[in-house]
This record gives sequence, C-alpha cells and structure tokens, in this order.
Amino acid sequence: MPTLPPSIRSHVLHAWCAVLALVVSMLSVPGLAHAGKTLDGVRQRGQVNCGVSTGVAGFSAPDGKGRWAGLDVDICRALAAAVLGDGEKVNFVPLNAQQRFAALQSGQIDVLSRNTSWTLTRDASLGFHFTAITYIDGQAFLVPTKLKVARATQLKGAQVCVQSGTTTEKNLADFSRTHKLGIKPIVFDTYEAGFKALFAGRCQAYTADSSALASVRNKEAPNPADYAVLPDLISKEPLGPVVRRGDDEWFAIVKWTVFALQEAEELGITQARAEAMKSSDDPAVQRLLGTGDDMGKLLGLDKAWSLRAIKAVGHQGEIFERNVGAQSPLKLPRGVNRPWSQGGLIYAPPVR
Amino acid sequence: MLSWDFLLQPAGFDIGETGLFVFDATQPVWRALLVGVGNTVRVSLPALLLATLLGLLLALGRGASSRSWRWLSGGIVDGVRLVPLLLQLLICYLLLIEWLPDASEALPLAPGVWLSKGGLAFPWPVPGDGGLTWSWPVQEAFNVQGGGAVTPEFLAVTLALGVYTGAFLAEVFRSGIEAVPASLLEAADTLGATRWQVIRLVLLPQALRTIVPATTNQYLNLVKNSSLAVAVGYPDLVSVGNTTLNQTGRAVECVTVMMALYLGLSLLTSAAMNAFNARRAMRGDA
Repeated sequence: MPTLPPSIRSHVLHAWCAVLALVVSMLSVPGLAHAGKTLDGVRQRGQVNCGVSTGVAGFSAPDGKGRWAGLDVDICRALAAAVLGDGEKVNFVPLNAQQRFAALQSGQIDVLSRNTSWTLTRDASLGFHFTAITYIDGQAFLVPTKLKVARATQLKGAQVCVQSGTTTEKNLADFSRTHKLGIKPIVFDTYEAGFKALFAGRCQAYTADSSALASVRNKEAPNPADYAVLPDLISKEPLGPVVRRGDDEWFAIVKWTVFALQEAEELGITQARAEAMKSSDDPAVQRLLGTGDDMGKLLGLDKAWSLRAIKAVGHQGEIFERNVGAQSPLKLPRGVNRPWSQGGLIYAPPVR
Repeated sequence: MLSWDFLLQPAGFDIGETGLFVFDATQPVWRALLVGVGNTVRVSLPALLLATLLGLLLALGRGASSRSWRWLSGGIVDGVRLVPLLLQLLICYLLLIEWLPDASEALPLAPGVWLSKGGLAFPWPVPGDGGLTWSWPVQEAFNVQGGGAVTPEFLAVTLALGVYTGAFLAEVFRSGIEAVPASLLEAADTLGATRWQVIRLVLLPQALRTIVPATTNQYLNLVKNSSLAVAVGYPDLVSVGNTTLNQTGRAVECVTVMMALYLGLSLLTSAAMNAFNARRAMRGDA
C-alpha cells in the first residue's frame, strides 16, 4: 500500500497499536499460574469445580431431572466425597471440546473429567497432568447400514463428519493417509452438528470414540437399526481426569481417588456393602475402608476418604455398569475395561 | 509463555476443501491457516457479489412504482434483517442437506455436472502432461469424484451471507438515493438532461458519496460474519484455527493469529473501499 491517503494510514496505525497493546497485556499476565493450593481453595469454597462435557450420554449429561450423571460425573462426586465429605458438593462446569483446556489452565475448574484422551502432547505441553485411566476407548466409525460398509478400510473417498477440537481429527488424517483412502473430513464445531449431518446424509460416516458412537446410535439416531458402528478401532483413546501442573498434592488426591475406586472392585467392596465390610479382617480392605493403616493422612485427608468415595458412587465396576454398561441405555460391553484380575486392562497400583 | 514454534510443525489434520490450495496433513500449521484464510476469501467474494446485486435489486424494488413490488421488497428486507444470521445460515444449510439427493445417487444436471448432498461438481481444468486438461467428475460408490466442486457448506454460507448482507445494503442504497435532493434532479431535468443522464451525472455521483462509506461497513461485516461458517462445517479461518488450537493447545497464540489475519483481511477490504471512495465517489465521476 505505497500511496495510501493519510486518513487510511492513521487507520492502519491505530489498528496495529490496538493489537500490540493486546499482545503486550497478554505477555505480562501469568496465564498458567494458579492461586494457592487447589485443596485449600476447594475446602474454602466448599465445592469441587469439575469440568464436564455439554452432554455426552453415559459420561456426563444432565438426566431427566436436570441432575448430572455419568462415568466422568461420578469421578467428580467421588472426589468431592473424599475431600469434602459430601459427594454432592460438586459444581459441574459444562465445557465444549475447545473450552476445556483453557478452563483448566485458567483455574476455572479444579479437575477436568470430560472424556479427554491422554496423549503426549496434552500431557507434556499444556501444563497438565493426566491422573489415571477411567475408561479405555478407541476411535471408530458410525455408518448407515444401507452403504453396506463392513470395514473402515472400505471408506475410500468418503466424506466423514467429525467434531472439531478432538484428537479424532488427527487420527482420521493418519488413518486416511496410512491406508491411502483420501477421506474428506467435514469438521463441525459441536458434537451434535456432526451426527445430525450424518443422519441428514451429508456424510457417509461419523467418527468419534466408539463409546460416544454407541451413545449417538442408541440415543440420537432416528432409527438405531439403520446405523452400525464398524468393528475397527483406529486409535487408542485412554480417557481420564486431568489436573493442572504445579500442585502435586492435588494431583495425588485425584489419582488415588480413582485408584481407590478401582481397587475397591478388585476387593469386592460395593457401594451397598462398604459399611458392613469395615469389620473385614483383610488388611487391604481395612486400609480402603479407613479401619486399618491411615492412608488418608499421606494425602492430606482423613482416614475415611476412600470409604466415603466408595459409598458415594460405588466401585469402578458399579460406575461402569450404571452409566455405560448393562444397566444403562448404552449397553456397552465391559471388554478391556474389566479389571486386570478379570482379564481386562484396568490396573490400579495398590493402596498401601 | 507464548511460543510460536507450533506454526512450523506438521498440521497433522486434513482440510475438507482447500480451494486453489493443495494441502495435506504433512504440511505445516501455517499452511493450514493460509488455506483457512483462502477459504474465508473464497466464500466472501461470491457473497459480496451476491449481496451487492441483491441489494441493488431490493433497493430498486422498494422505490418501484408498483405497490406489490414495494411490499415484496420491503417484506424481504425487513424479514431478513430481523432474523439472526446464524439461524438463517443453519436453516439454509439444513434445507440444502435435507432436500438434495445422497452423494451416492447424485442428480446429473448436465453432462459432467452433478448436484447432491456431497455438493455441486463440475468439470475443471487441471495441470496435466501437455498443459491444462479437463477433469470430469464421475459418480463413484460413495460420491462424485474428480472435477471441481463446491460443497453444500460453501453454498449455504454464500447464500446466507449474500442474502443477509444484501438486505442491509438495500437500505444503504435506498437511503443514499433518497438523500439526493429532489430539486437537483428537477434542475437537471429542466436543463434538458435525459433520464439516463440525470441518473448517471447527477443522482449516482451524489448518492455514492453517502453510499460508499456505509457499504464499506457492510462489506467488513460480511467478511467477519463469514466466521459463522464454522457452525455448518465449512473450513474457514475460524474452523481451521479452532482445530489448530485444539491439536496444539496453544489457545492464546492461535486466537491472536486469527485476530491478526481477520484484521489484515478487514484492512484490505477497507483500504480497497477507501481507495474507491477517494478516486471515484468523492470526485463524482461514477
């Protein structure tokens, strides 16, 4: 723009000054720092701020009465029970895929429990710690049965709907490249828009984690029988709660709350029997139920922390079956999400 | 702290439509953002054209001598202006993908032209062995392959933006025309100018002085409003920027880049319109 009139030049100058001011202000604000210890903040507030999804049935969604329910939701309730003594003292913050990391970084939430895949990039570069794996998932495809597609590798040249802000987009590109499929992604900013476009026939497949696809097929499809989830899993998606870096105490509390629920399943401590089993002679059971060695002290909590967590939501198996398994509309098979002692991949380090 | 290395990393994601660019997941992030800017421009330009034509048509309709034309134009202008753009965009998109046939059974409009939920496909020249050769789209198992194509997302965004901005432009044009004092036109008439001379030499030069600055605003709005495209899955700058943001986790950096790019686009639009204003409208030789 060599010969701009003076009025335009000042216009340009003003605009750049505004941008410069903005960037400078952002540089000077320590965005990733957090105020004080998370646990102190939670106790003072009397509530755990828990980031969840805007509605993924089985994981985190409000039920018919407006109460949050799901596997990810139960983890937060267990945490609140362990830390504050009451599983209801949770403030659920619904976040979409794009908001979730900023919300955790900024301290708006204490823990992100929102079917978030554990990857190196997220763990190492965003200022987070992934605590534990609560659900082992994998990316799959949902296709209309009338297309007669049986395997994912048959999707040559297909247009595939996908939600933005997920690891899914990247996996889809990798899969397409590896198998030379030339898949065209159509990226929607919400979960709902993506599958609605599939149902309208805009794309030949919708891709997401297979658990989410089961939820879409059973709860959203006009006729579930017209759609099928392809058997191929194209990625590993270990899901679990995430915390900010820089607070090892809180990191340990979240991690061990999950492990306690998982160990409770191995030891057969159910929500209903937890109180009765306090008289057990098994030292492992005693440690979990607060009648043996004091484990809570080491975490900065009291002796009954894990007992309260189990009484609030039940053990890992109960959480699974109630929210996504046999007792839920999703009817997902337990599969690799069984504990290691039953041939699955869920393995918690010992609470001792 | 801010870090900009990610711009040079491989993007790792594909983009559904890339316009004149060639892009794949192995190319760096900045190329992906460039494709996003390209898509924003590619959807904004036809929408600008459509909006201007429609605005002229509606402005003429509102000043027509026939009462039914006036009512029709006024109804469209008010109806369109009073409904949020996002809703119009969604309606436009949903109607398109509900009504069109599936991509596996596209509608052949003419030889080599197919219309379906997969979009509008047409023959397109591609660089071949001996210069340009025509690539013809053909129906394959899932959809139409080859040739050039615009997607239903592109069509929906262009239509919605064009119609919405057109309604506002109609009012801008009308007010500009009505602001010219009737006495000037009468004077020209008295001096023996023909109707066409009155329009060309008296009405338009005067009207453009009022019209151009307000039109610049509408054009700027259109370019920025194209960011709503993300709602219907069109890979514009915001869509690609969001994806980058999520793959890299660099929220502040990505939003800053998007803001800077929109600012650049707006400054270009503004500079072009101001140059037009200075050269033509203010001097009065429209």
